[in-house]
Amino acid sequence: MVVAERKPIKEILAMMAEYKKILLVGCKGCVTVCCAGGTKEVGILASALRIAKKKEGKEFEVIERTLERQCDPEYIEQVASIVENDGIEAILSMACSVGPQYLAKRFNVPVYPALNTTFIGGALEHGVWAEFCQACGNCVIHHFGGICPVSRCSKSLFNGPCGGSAGGKCEINPEVDCAWHLIYERMKALGKLDDMAKVFPIKDWSTSRDGGPRKVVREDMKL
Amino acid sequence: MDADRKQPEEPKVLAFCCMYCAYAAADMAGSMRLTYPPNVEIILVPCTGRVEIHHILEALENGADGVCVAGCEEGSCHFSVGNLKAKKRVAYVKTLLEELGIDPDRVEMFHISASQGPLFAKVASEMTENIRRLGILKWNKQRG
Ligand code: SF4
Ligand code: SF4
Repeated sequence: MVVAERKPIKEILAMMAEYKKILLVGCKGCVTVCCAGGTKEVGILASALRIAKKKEGKEFEVIERTLERQCDPEYIEQVASIVENDGIEAILSMACSVGPQYLAKRFNVPVYPALNTTFIGGALEHGVWAEFCQACGNCVIHHFGGICPVSRCSKSLFNGPCGGSAGGKCEINPEVDCAWHLIYERMKALGKLDDMAKVFPIKDWSTSRDGGPRKVVREDMKL
Repeated sequence: MDADRKQPEEPKVLAFCCMYCAYAAADMAGSMRLTYPPNVEIILVPCTGRVEIHHILEALENGADGVCVAGCEEGSCHFSVGNLKAKKRVAYVKTLLEELGIDPDRVEMFHISASQGPLFAKVASEMTENIRRLGILKWNKQRG
């Protein structure tokens, strides 16, 4: 999933400084799962913002909605009548950064992101998420025991560890596992240590961000 | 700061009390005829694990000057970990309040077993005293 976290309240309050009535929109997709921007978090942020404004003695109204997704235009459309008829001065989105961009594309009202979109990852345990993929556009994890060297090695190394790998940990931080240590252990368990001697050729990064903004087209899915 | 009020107003403290421990303790305090301030209003919850972050915030937003969440003692929650979840949520609300420039002491977690009527009365009195010291929240004044 896309993992995100809420911006500090102060930063959000600064964004909302001049407004009296806003629409706060959550998303039922990834950000609900990583507890950053679902219905619950919308309720919490709305309440926190109202408290902050009350403290300043300013009037402030928050209309709260949580959409199925914010990365599909048909769901964005569901708030159209509110934005266009209810005197909404600004929209605050709690989706990953795709959401606010879709909202900004659709409505002629300033749109603000309430979250920082951090990475593509998964849950390690309740309340802890970690990065597992950098969307390089050409997945190679099967060569590395199912462990992604791009996202999980701090230096994105493809041919063994750097000199900083110690005791299974990465030199950048003793709390970070060395991806290459994990790859070694995994290849050993799979009886494929010999494969590690093979040199992995230079990766073609044209499928990654180096090729500019990317697009996926499925002709068979088009209407 | 209270100069504009017609008569001295009293702070309100909302107490979310779990059915199995804190609420039973409050009941016991009553039957033991122990007094505690009438400022404390109790909401009975099946377990403090049911109390969400936004319940606490909305209480402060809508009339409460302080909120306490009172559950079973650690290790004896009827639903095994509800009180530990509540404790973490209270801690989270405290960080939010700090971010908002509101004294985090307005929200507290307590662990009170069903047999501790006197402890309930003591906690209720101390919490009220703390909130009285912190004052009524600006937007809660003259709430009528
Ligand atoms: S190799 Fe590329 S696509 Fe595969 S997990 Fe790593 S970053 Fe993601
Ligand atoms: S210590 Fe391991 S994870 Fe860290 S940069 Fe070196 S090889 Fe990569």
